[in-house]
Amino acid sequence: MWRYLIGRALQTLLSMLVVISIVFFLTRLSGNPVHLLLDVNASERDQQILMHHLGLDKPLPVQYGIYVMNIFVGDFGNSVLTRRPVTEHIWERLPATVELGFVAMFLSVLIGVPLGMYSAVHRGSMLDSAARVFAVLGQSMPAFWLGLMLILIFAVVLGLFPAGGRGGVENIVLPAFTLGYFTSAAILRLTRSAMLEVLGSDYIKFARLKGLHEQIVLWKHGLKNALLPVVTFAVMLFVQFLGGAVVTETVFAWPGLGRLILESITTRDYPIVQAGVLVLSALYLVGNLFVDVLYSYLNPRIRHARA
Amino acid sequence: MAAAPLLVVEDLKTHFFTRRGVTKAVDGVSFTLHAGETLALVGESGSGKSVTCLSLVRLVPEPAGRIVGGRVLLEGEDLLTKSPGEMRRVRGKKIAMVLQDPMTSLNPALTIGTQVSEVVRLHQGLRGGALRERVLSALRRLRISAADTRLGQYPHQFSGGMRQRVSSAIGLSCEPRLLIADEPTTSLDVTIQAQYLELLKEVQAAAGVAIILVTHDFGIVAAIADRVAVMYAGRIVEMGTTLEVFNNPSHPYTRALLRCLPDVGLGRQQLVEIGGQPPDLSRLPAGCPFAPRCPERQSICEEQSPPTVSVGDGHLAECWATKAVGSQQ
Repeated sequence: MWRYLIGRALQTLLSMLVVISIVFFLTRLSGNPVHLLLDVNASERDQQILMHHLGLDKPLPVQYGIYVMNIFVGDFGNSVLTRRPVTEHIWERLPATVELGFVAMFLSVLIGVPLGMYSAVHRGSMLDSAARVFAVLGQSMPAFWLGLMLILIFAVVLGLFPAGGRGGVENIVLPAFTLGYFTSAAILRLTRSAMLEVLGSDYIKFARLKGLHEQIVLWKHGLKNALLPVVTFAVMLFVQFLGGAVVTETVFAWPGLGRLILESITTRDYPIVQAGVLVLSALYLVGNLFVDVLYSYLNPRIRHARA
Repeated sequence: MAAAPLLVVEDLKTHFFTRRGVTKAVDGVSFTLHAGETLALVGESGSGKSVTCLSLVRLVPEPAGRIVGGRVLLEGEDLLTKSPGEMRRVRGKKIAMVLQDPMTSLNPALTIGTQVSEVVRLHQGLRGGALRERVLSALRRLRISAADTRLGQYPHQFSGGMRQRVSSAIGLSCEPRLLIADEPTTSLDVTIQAQYLELLKEVQAAAGVAIILVTHDFGIVAAIADRVAVMYAGRIVEMGTTLEVFNNPSHPYTRALLRCLPDVGLGRQQLVEIGGQPPDLSRLPAGCPFAPRCPERQSICEEQSPPTVSVGDGHLAECWATKAVGSQQ
């Protein structure tokens, strides 16, 4: 088990290195930030001075070397626009993103798993049909539209929740629901289909033949097997929330990481884009590692194959 | 046969209600079984063997399947009138069942220890050390070596034959009166099959449990069954002691089945098959369901259901062509 873990950790590090490089070269392809920073009428000389100041006049391999070395000591450079350290910018935004991601994930598991279970067990019932309508709506409604509608109804008309910004509990309800609805629908469908498959299996029949109570058959013998795909899916979705909540963050003026990166791309603020993408990739890779470890814990077959 | 029978099944009918109509999977099955006796249920796929077994423990897949008639008396008590809660105390405790495929009948996510002990705890109310002892002895009885280290292992760490032993250990752990084994050896290697059947016989002799063995293998029937019931289209068409049925098959279907067996002593020979298909159970014709495939068909066969005739001591056949023997009028 330990050997497996160490191997996976090394793989993760290697992937990080690849990501670091790709990010570096991709951002260089997006154009020169100096053109945006300076007035259109700025002289050639002014441009040269700024390029030199930002270290952009050095040959690419040298820039790359400096960049990688700095990352290893935790220095991501300063924002081209604000001149403040990039790490400050990221730390400012990361908590908001994590907070929104957690709440949204919690909501979607809380809604998706029990509803999916119920749907599978009472297949063809009224509630099953209702749950499936809920799921189809969730998967087909775009977040920006749902977000706007929620603002219209709950903030503008009813005045129950604030329309945007970050603050108390009341602020997070609408964005978390907007973000979580899609995933709760996906989790519901996945739980339902996994549970249906499990319910048709021999070991469920065998559990019933033992005289076990139906609730024990479902929750002890059924759920643990049905949850395998759901767990993987949920963790990966959570990681995606951290980077991909741009739309929701924008609609609700939520000061998160996704919006920071988007803004920095439009202003060609290289260091922030690089660091932001790096943080997201790191989270993604760690999430992946976590899923693998969790999966081998949940699935004894994998645990033993790798031990 | 002086003692009261353990199990009496009377005119059991289990039908499936689907959009296409009513499928009469089990349509009037009757038999009795005494303690310690082995009854083999044989027949082609879809003849109603498995559904008969599931009906006995009332686990026919709902909502399509329903037991629509008959009685199932276990030690004199009708199982069909019991509440779901009472029925759960019958399953696993009085009637245990072993399924066909040992690769899928154990839960892959739970240890063997958990899967054996949960049923012992439920029905015997044992806890702690006593529970562990009981679980270990249940496994040892089926000759599972190193039982105590095996407790913490998962099904995938066992071979097919071992898994079938574990399922049987689970089935027999609470000293049931009846063990239903639904083709327990079909997915095992031939050598493992023989081993498993030997073991089953041995445990049966020690525990006095009655066995209903579903199979389509006449070799297995000959090896361990006291009596045979041949099923066709949801009915038992012939039933008798194993010796009687083999020596004096009295239903054309039984004769056809026995002819299908290759004879090892005769060298290369043409394999015999039964022409035609088993009937569609949702559109059974009038008369005998086997008539369209029967070589001894008469005109009455397609008009009226055949009578049950006695051809020997406890040897019954449902056929127009079979001549009754002995004390009937």
